[in-house]
Amino acid sequence: MFISQEPVFVQDTTVFLLLSLPYHVTISVVLYFMYPQASRVVVASRNYADFASEATFEIKKCDLHRLEEGPSTTAVMTREEGLHYYKTMQTIRRMELKSDQLYKQKIIRGFCHLYDGQEACCVGLEVAIKPTDHVITAYRAHGFTYARGVPVREILAELTGRKGGCVKGKGGSMHMYTKNFYGGNGIVGAQVPLGAGIALACKYFGKNEICLTLYGDGAANQGQIFETYNMAALWKLPCIFICENNRYGMGTSVERAAASTDYYKRGDFIPGLRVDGMDVLCVREAAKFAAEYCRSGKGPILMELQTYRYHGHSMSDPGISYRTREEIQEVRSKSDPITLLKDRMVNNNLASIEELKEIDVAVRKEIEEAAQFATTDPEPPLEELGNHIYFNEPPFEVRGPNQWIRYKSVS
Amino acid sequence: MAAAAAALRYLAPLGARLPPQGRAAGRLLQQRRGLRLSAPAAIQVTVRDALNQALDEELERDERVFLLGEEVAQYDGAYKISRGLWKKYGDKRVMDTPISEMGFTGIAVGAAMAGLRPVCEFMTFNFSMQAIDQVINSAAKTCYMSAGAIAVPIVFRGPNGASAGVAAQHSQCFAAWYGHCPGLKVVSPWSSEDAKGLLKASIRDDNPVVMLENELLYGVPFEMSEQAQSKDFVVPIGKAKIEREGTHVTLVSHSRPVGHCLEAAAILAKEGVECEVINLRTIRPMDIETVEASVVKTNHLVTVEGGWPQFGVGAEICARIMEGSAFNYLDAPAVRVTGADVPMPYAKILEDNCIPQVKDIIFAVKKTLNI
Repeated sequence: MFISQEPVFVQDTTVFLLLSLPYHVTISVVLYFMYPQASRVVVASRNYADFASEATFEIKKCDLHRLEEGPSTTAVMTREEGLHYYKTMQTIRRMELKSDQLYKQKIIRGFCHLYDGQEACCVGLEVAIKPTDHVITAYRAHGFTYARGVPVREILAELTGRKGGCVKGKGGSMHMYTKNFYGGNGIVGAQVPLGAGIALACKYFGKNEICLTLYGDGAANQGQIFETYNMAALWKLPCIFICENNRYGMGTSVERAAASTDYYKRGDFIPGLRVDGMDVLCVREAAKFAAEYCRSGKGPILMELQTYRYHGHSMSDPGISYRTREEIQEVRSKSDPITLLKDRMVNNNLASIEELKEIDVAVRKEIEEAAQFATTDPEPPLEELGNHIYFNEPPFEVRGPNQWIRYKSVS
Repeated sequence: MAAAAAALRYLAPLGARLPPQGRAAGRLLQQRRGLRLSAPAAIQVTVRDALNQALDEELERDERVFLLGEEVAQYDGAYKISRGLWKKYGDKRVMDTPISEMGFTGIAVGAAMAGLRPVCEFMTFNFSMQAIDQVINSAAKTCYMSAGAIAVPIVFRGPNGASAGVAAQHSQCFAAWYGHCPGLKVVSPWSSEDAKGLLKASIRDDNPVVMLENELLYGVPFEMSEQAQSKDFVVPIGKAKIEREGTHVTLVSHSRPVGHCLEAAAILAKEGVECEVINLRTIRPMDIETVEASVVKTNHLVTVEGGWPQFGVGAEICARIMEGSAFNYLDAPAVRVTGADVPMPYAKILEDNCIPQVKDIIFAVKKTLNI
């Protein structure tokens, strides 16, 4: 706040002080005494000119495998970008925590694998690629589903099994889809050949699109992934293989599962990079680098994102039998992706704490409304049971639990 | 003449144009000499050539169609089904894969999800077991799980069931395994018309189709009607065909055993027993209505298949007949003729007795007719 240094008489001081300040600060000071509540809103709306439009950040260098050069070690982030990343990550965080709540209330059933802690991965990846690119991942998919454009209410309604869910309640937690997003896949590792197939289609159609194919540290030991590495490299498919290494495959730590935990090297003849998955800018820069590599026709590339999940493997896993609470707490306090971004933005004058708090409030409200929708929307009608067996097929009948119960199936 | 023709065929890869065959030859003659010809007659075409024609025509018709599998390209196909196609269409449309069933099947399914129309060949369906997760969990179920958002227009094809002397690991029939799963369509051709028409229908279908061919049928010539020679000829999926009409007993079969049924019917006809032989053509969705109508007429049912008896195609047919109105028309319990309930042995005498023979079908018919 700029305060006038001019000497004034005491009784005029207050007036002069007020007049010398930016006008909305003046109003806020006046309002503070008149309407304490209102002033908080006004105080937060600082002038755009008060913030920097962008800032440059040092980011961690990536470990490289079969690559001469890696992504840049500095990243430029604009204020708009920062706010967008923040809002997106915070939305995912709160959405996952809301899912936790709903699950414990038994409103969500079955499998629920939560993504909180890993937000920087899906957000950093999404902002580095185009909407026309393709993404496929495993079952810890809610964050990607949101990042790829499905609204929170449709995700939560899918989790609660309602007709307003993004796939009408037919899929559930592990099977959510949208344009250029192929789920959500329940069978560990099976999505990797699928992703390479999508990349094959990208190459076939020649529209310069790529496919991000994600899997975890547990899945990384699946044989079909190595078959896929071979074919992707052989045919130079525009596929970015991405291992989200959150250190544990269910209850098994990486050291107990893999003879080599250098997941970025496991592609052997495929170049790889190991990335700090808790830093959204690191992920973004690495993904941009990898995307450019793929689009240039050089073939596949592998990225290992080192990240962490706060929740257990799924909602049935407390997550503390194979790791200590201290470890979880340490990651939360030192490496939380949202805190990292917040600190960066505030320390570099890209946003104020109040502004970010406002975003938090807005996000909470959005999640609450979405949860409200997800708990009040009706379940799908029984008729839905038989639908979508086939695509583009004339209606036919589907057998129910006995020969007299039949459902109509439409496409 | 023959030598010249042979020489031309030899030079074909270098670009020499072969004289037109079949209908085209007739047309050309018509044009050049002003002759009037009668309508082209049916010709003899092997199942192999029928499949080859189907692939050729569909590759030409739709750019999104492509073939992948082991040895399909430069080797012309392990059983020569894709002969000449790689030469004609190149690497992009006909792809050799490494020996990685789970991997390349998943790649094929992913390509289908992203808008291509792959034909994924298994050298035999025995090897599909390594990839069955991709066929069932990734291909069959995705349309349903995504509430129709993602289609998987893929064809899985290859030889199925017993061959000759290939022993236990290479002789299994997968009709029951794949026929079990909602979301898949499963077809099982017998004749050349079946093979060509069903393959074309499968490729044009927007859903995952498993096409169970038979290696021993590849070299067998069948008459192919003029209609079947057309580029637009398709056999509808889900419709059985009555190969032979009869009044005393219904024989229902699929794939190679259809031929055995017709042989048995010919022998039984001499004894005054008229068999109605139904070629299922499609395992899923099964055309049980045709079977029911036939049972209503004949009052006796014998199912014939190459696969193992337990939980097989015949078991399904019997269950459905029992559940439907045709049950009231049965004069005797339905009877199944199947492969023997053992892994396939190697020695010829043992193998011969593990697959349903004509004599086994005749025996079953006489048992059910009580003659």
